[in-house]
Amino acid sequence: MLLLATLREEKGPVLMALQLIQKEFGYVDPACVELIANFFNKSRAEVHGVLTFYHDLRTTPPAEHQISICVAEACQAVGARSLEKEVKAKFGDETKDAYCFGNCALGPAAMVDGKIIGRATLAKIEKARQ
Amino acid sequence: MIIYVPGDSAAVSVGADEVAAAIALLAPAATIVRNGSRGALWLETLVEIQTPNGRIAYGPVTPEDVASLFAADFLNGGMHPLALGKTDQIKWLANQDRVTFARVGIIDPLSISDYCAHGGLLGLTQALELSSEELISEVTESGLRGRGGAGFPAGIKWRTVAQTASAEKYICCNADEGDSGTFADRMLIEGDPFTLIEGMTIAGIAVGATKGIVYLRSEYPYAIATLQKAIDSARVNNWLGASVLGSAHSFDIQIRVGAGSYVCGEETAMLESIEGKRGVVRAKPPLPAVEGLFGQPTVINNVLTLSTVPMILADGAAAYKARGVGRSLGTQVFQLAGNIARGGIVETAFGIPLKELINTYGDGTLTKRPVRAVQIGGPLGAYFSTEQFETSMDYESLIAAGGMLGHGGIVVFDDTVDLAVQAKFAMEFCAIESCGKCTPCRIGSTRGAETIDLIIKGVRIDENKKLLLDLCEVMTDGSLCAMGGLTPLPVKSAMINFPSDFNGVQK
Repeated sequence: MLLLATLREEKGPVLMALQLIQKEFGYVDPACVELIANFFNKSRAEVHGVLTFYHDLRTTPPAEHQISICVAEACQAVGARSLEKEVKAKFGDETKDAYCFGNCALGPAAMVDGKIIGRATLAKIEKARQ
Repeated sequence: MIIYVPGDSAAVSVGADEVAAAIALLAPAATIVRNGSRGALWLETLVEIQTPNGRIAYGPVTPEDVASLFAADFLNGGMHPLALGKTDQIKWLANQDRVTFARVGIIDPLSISDYCAHGGLLGLTQALELSSEELISEVTESGLRGRGGAGFPAGIKWRTVAQTASAEKYICCNADEGDSGTFADRMLIEGDPFTLIEGMTIAGIAVGATKGIVYLRSEYPYAIATLQKAIDSARVNNWLGASVLGSAHSFDIQIRVGAGSYVCGEETAMLESIEGKRGVVRAKPPLPAVEGLFGQPTVINNVLTLSTVPMILADGAAAYKARGVGRSLGTQVFQLAGNIARGGIVETAFGIPLKELINTYGDGTLTKRPVRAVQIGGPLGAYFSTEQFETSMDYESLIAAGGMLGHGGIVVFDDTVDLAVQAKFAMEFCAIESCGKCTPCRIGSTRGAETIDLIIKGVRIDENKKLLLDLCEVMTDGSLCAMGGLTPLPVKSAMINFPSDFNGVQK
């Protein structure tokens, strides 16, 4: 509640509220939907709709490490698909696809625990994950 | 002693932080400035030394190279295999015409004094002298068009907002740069954030808006951090706030962070997202200029559009429109990406041939194999073949050639690419990112991917090609926004320009 109170003055606060909760707890527990709805005078359906629309938002606790591999066109052109397979084989659930980190001249690009990696290889990703 | 080591996230992605740390260890007395990138991303990490005769460059420097650079006395211009001479004489950079990117890579992105020493605030100061009408006329006169991709004249959009009466108006900067192959917005925000702030403030003064919002994607954490620091600093210095530069104008800017949705780069989906809702596209009309954010008149411009405005006001509309061709006036910030040997930012006047960007600047592919296909304008842009390399890079010529300029991103593929697979990806991407509001986009994309899959597998090829073209027509004509409406562009251009990839023989 204290967290949500910081957004009381914001216009259109629902997405911000969900992002704030995820930042704080790593994910958004579906139980938060009713809480947010009541706090901002929205329907549960509206809040649930926002929660399920955006790729960033998750409703289960995240793995210890977060690996995102860019699989958009520019990175595909320099081998992102084979990198994606290698990384998924090794790190499974920690890995997710992403579409563009704006590092398209130095692909394949990856993000490991918030750190950007260019000319990414499995070895570089393993090193950054430590 | 000043040493420049870029803090741009592309440079950081190939070890700039480690290079900076290694240099700091061996030259503890030197000042290390984390500038933006000069844009020659193939030379990152590009380390520059300030000498009495100008800046000299070394690159691409890895953390492992630092010891040998010191051994070669690089701080005093010593010879080394990575030595590039004077930075502004590197041909790749010297041949460009930097307007929007004039300061990027040169200044410390967060230094107020650097910004002002390099022409910062001249545009805003000029704007404060002009009436709203004069200001809008100047922007209209410059020929500046929307750099997000639609190419709509900025001045005309501003005029509509200025003429719509309302107590509350907004300037929304679209920094949801989701197109693969584009990174100019990110580099500008990381390398020269005050320019965007200045451009938004000018727009606010022109149309009578007091609130600015930058919708910045979550995939750009470095840009978010830099822009937030710049906004805080601008407030402290009264560049933003109740009295902009001591004038009667009030203007402030807030960042709203995206949440990983591509379609939120579409302007009306972006408005929904800023309002905290699902990023579902709105039907137009009403135009956002009349009824936009929270129902109020809203200017929506791309980062590059707004960031070019200060230069136009500082140097005059005539100087800007002296560049370019036809109705594509001024400069375009092209982004060379994908399988390219020398990728990065090339800002030059509209009208440069595609071939010059790919061969002269780009030096062909990174893999040294022949170029086979080039996608221009992001995931919704057309695939061009090498036979179209004479195409002039401007809004009208690209449309005439069956494509679009989009946000100016150019993704290069070598001869191992299979265009049927790329066409299928275009449909799959649309299926993942569709907001779901209209049927052609929501359902058509899934059916399109399935149909291309059948073609790839050699099932009833002619029949399925015909079906696919029919589907493309429905999506083009029947979709609410560019997401579904333009997904057929990469698909059809791949079929037309690379027919041999659609004959059921897998590569």
